[in-house]
Amino acid sequence: MLSFDGLVAVCVVYVMGLFAIGFIAEKAARQGGARWLNSPITYTLSLSIYATAWTFYGAVGSAARSGLEFLTIYLGPTLVFVGWFWLLRKMVRIGRAQRITSIADMISSRYGKSGGLAVLVTVLAVLGTTPYISLQLQSVTLSFSVFARPGALGAPDTEQTAVWVAGGLALFTIVFGTRSLDLNERHPGLVSAIAFEAIVKLAAILAVGAFVVWGVADGPGDMLARIEASAIAREPLNGARWLGLTVLAGAAILCLPRMFQVLVVENSDERHLAVAGWAFPLYLMLISLFVVPVAVAGLSLPGTGDNPDLYMLTVPLSLGQDGLALLVFLGGFSAATSMVIVAALALSTMVSNHIVMPLWLRATRHEDPMTGDMRRVALTARRLSIAGVLFLGLIYYRLSGGAEALASIGLISFLGVAQVLPALVGGILWRGATRVGAALGIGSGFLIWAWLLLLPNVAETGGLIAPVLSNGPFGIFWLSPETPLGLQSTDPLLTALVLSLGVNTLLFILGSLFSFPNPLERLQGAQFVNVFEHSRALLGWRGSVGTADDLLIMAQRIMGTGRAGRLFQEAARGQGRDGDLPEPTPDFLEKLERELAGSVGAATAHAMVAQITGAASVGVGDLLAVADETAQIMEYSSQLEAKSEELAQTARRLREANAKLTELSVQKDAFLSQISHELRTPMTSIRSFSEILMQTDPMDDAARGRFSRIIHDESLRLTRLLDDLLDLSVLENGRVTLNMGEVALGDVLDRAIHAAGAQAGGRIAIRRDPEAEAVTLWTDADRLAQVFINLISNAQKYCDAEAPELRIDVVANGQGVEVEFADNGKGIPARQEALIFEKFARLDTAKGAPGAGLGLAISREVMARLGGGLSYRPSADGTRFRVRLPARALRAA
Amino acid sequence: MTEQTKTGTGTILIVEDEGNILEALSFILRRAGWDVRGHGKGESALEEVARVAPDMLVLDVMLPGRSGLEILRDLRADAATADLPVLMLTAKGQAKDREQALAMGADAFLTKPFSNSELLEIVERLSGVDDFRPAAGQGS
Repeated sequence: MLSFDGLVAVCVVYVMGLFAIGFIAEKAARQGGARWLNSPITYTLSLSIYATAWTFYGAVGSAARSGLEFLTIYLGPTLVFVGWFWLLRKMVRIGRAQRITSIADMISSRYGKSGGLAVLVTVLAVLGTTPYISLQLQSVTLSFSVFARPGALGAPDTEQTAVWVAGGLALFTIVFGTRSLDLNERHPGLVSAIAFEAIVKLAAILAVGAFVVWGVADGPGDMLARIEASAIAREPLNGARWLGLTVLAGAAILCLPRMFQVLVVENSDERHLAVAGWAFPLYLMLISLFVVPVAVAGLSLPGTGDNPDLYMLTVPLSLGQDGLALLVFLGGFSAATSMVIVAALALSTMVSNHIVMPLWLRATRHEDPMTGDMRRVALTARRLSIAGVLFLGLIYYRLSGGAEALASIGLISFLGVAQVLPALVGGILWRGATRVGAALGIGSGFLIWAWLLLLPNVAETGGLIAPVLSNGPFGIFWLSPETPLGLQSTDPLLTALVLSLGVNTLLFILGSLFSFPNPLERLQGAQFVNVFEHSRALLGWRGSVGTADDLLIMAQRIMGTGRAGRLFQEAARGQGRDGDLPEPTPDFLEKLERELAGSVGAATAHAMVAQITGAASVGVGDLLAVADETAQIMEYSSQLEAKSEELAQTARRLREANAKLTELSVQKDAFLSQISHELRTPMTSIRSFSEILMQTDPMDDAARGRFSRIIHDESLRLTRLLDDLLDLSVLENGRVTLNMGEVALGDVLDRAIHAAGAQAGGRIAIRRDPEAEAVTLWTDADRLAQVFINLISNAQKYCDAEAPELRIDVVANGQGVEVEFADNGKGIPARQEALIFEKFARLDTAKGAPGAGLGLAISREVMARLGGGLSYRPSADGTRFRVRLPARALRAA
Repeated sequence: MTEQTKTGTGTILIVEDEGNILEALSFILRRAGWDVRGHGKGESALEEVARVAPDMLVLDVMLPGRSGLEILRDLRADAATADLPVLMLTAKGQAKDREQALAMGADAFLTKPFSNSELLEIVERLSGVDDFRPAAGQGS
């Protein structure tokens, strides 16, 4: 049996080994990177921090206490990795594209870089993670005590052990988490160390499993039989709880700050995710493979103690397998330390970026956020945050006294961070999600969770406010966390899960629907939701190879090919590398940045160059400056766009006006030519016949009378034509004076029929409907009659039916009055319909009939002045014209 | 003024859609001794020319159905009527119409309204040039 001191020595050696791995990895990364550093396997192994000491020890405990329920903790992540792989990929892509540093940053960035949301998520994450960190400390001290117990070489001081462990972890995290002065958010040393720990963890659990199956039992067959016979097999399955826990674990893998850190922030190559998609579920399956056998062995073997959470250790120990037990101890130690390290790193990033730095900036009103001084402040803030987070975990551990069962603390933690889920997933998938919705959702879920689960947990351990909890605040029963809404729940976790996530999601959706996003929010929303359209895959970074190429490509895009080319050639010449690309020396980079800043703004230029050279990450101040610049540039370019759109419109209008003028000129020429023709034709007859009358002597009276009449008729025709032309001109210029008055439609029709000489017994039979005509109008009766006369005369002239007939139908309704004139002639040929309202356009069929061809053109103008219209209705039988008067022309009869 | 001498020696076909103008033309030319036939439609004008076989043609430009210029072109394309003297009438009075008509082979061109003596002069001249073609081509 190992002594306590021996155990401490092993731990120290192990931790030194971790330090060594970390240092080697950092060095390798600086020198261009070894392949294993940037491999999907390392990435997958780093994801295994999901399996903490809680999993390592607690799963066996859970199996011993409540059967197969522990499987849900693996089922959730497996389902997410298999079914929601696209969502993970989107998260990783967004994380890289937006240079996201933490889950709080992700939420804040999505909702318009909201500082308030970042603080809220940070507080939530700290509160949710602190118990979990204390849980890890507890598991380490507990495993120490188990080991040391049989030897009794001096009982270990568990309190002191925890302090030492916490201090050591803080040191490790500070060394490898805040190592680089440029605040690079990726930490190859740290990731390598936790990947190594993942292997130790797996090896330990597989070794114990193999020992139990082949050492304790006689192989798998016997083991299965033992499981069948044990209490675990008889444990009932609770469907609701299974579903709830699976959802919870699935949410946790997305929302846990440490998972976000390894999944998104530390991801160096998007393709790694594809491997992790199957490898991580496989890892989880291997980890959980022997949980039940170990639990069965623990339950059945003597001397394994009464805490099933420790069966992993007590089973080999009770059978004298000290070496195996030591391996298990190291596995548990690995599980605990890797979780604490990454969690502390993730939390410290959030605390320093979203709480400490903004406060410090406000306090000092620092002028230039990009100075080295500022970086040192940021690093200090982060280091202090790491120490602070671990200190909080330690305090919680001291307060809780290590009494709580491991699994329940883990689940409470899960539900806490799961409150981020609706805002996270909603923000990625739904552009309509707004900051107000996210704040309402997270805030409400947070409060419900804290009240229903966190507070009772603290109170139970602290024993401070128990009466308030069971009776409700101010004695209000339904507010009591033990009976929320008056529910007497047998499963507080499940109740809290449904209530907190339900209210959270509901308020998130309602808040988003009823609030309006600001421009930055909308911009970010689009960037997140459509990330695959906006960014290309950020594949593996291979040191500085190709940096100059990439810089040139970027510079060309921004400055134009010619200018960028000259800049680069000049720089190359300066470096004595004429004809080649320049080395990305600090001098050159500074110059390039200055040039780029002229086009895109200083902060953006810095961020772009930094992103390509991989030299520096972008800090909070940086991001804000970029956001400001982007907003200004967008504003400016949208103004330019509006201006050029205006110009284009003016040009278009000018073009249209010009085309119209040209067309009008052509029309005027054609019109004059037409008028000339129309005037000359009657004048020809008049001149010829008057000359005949003058020159012919003698002439018989009949001929003289006939010729005189022709001269007379043609003179009238000329006069009529001139009248029509003047009328049309007045109408078209809009200078017509209308004599509005009340008049009955029937009367106007009577007048028109009379004036056209179409009374009963005339050439054409008129069919009317006196009832429908009983409409009183407010209009110019003379003008309306003019239109009717024109239509009736046209029918008289052109209707070629054997028994010509004109039907006048009247329809009056809310839209106005329509008077339709339909004759029973052959109608107008379709090819000539377009000409009907043209001036002088007497159709072929109308040739030889009197009239200058202005009637319908005038009628159309008259109806336009009266606020209505005149239209031709094509129909199979006869010619139909429809006169329309507006509703305002209607007067109650 | 006294009754004019009858100088007409043949048949004149007038293609004109305005009835009153056709009547005036017919009266004037008949009085001058011509055998006058009238026709009012553009589309059947060519058939009418073939049927009547006139010694001279008075042709309006703006005709319903078919333009006088088109009819003129067809007449000139047909050997039987290529030499038929043609007097074009138009009410449009634009110089380009007149040039076009002459270029297409009209022997003379009159713009409405015209004086009766002007008409008779041209008709007489055209009946005389019959033997001297193709020296014709002057305008009114």
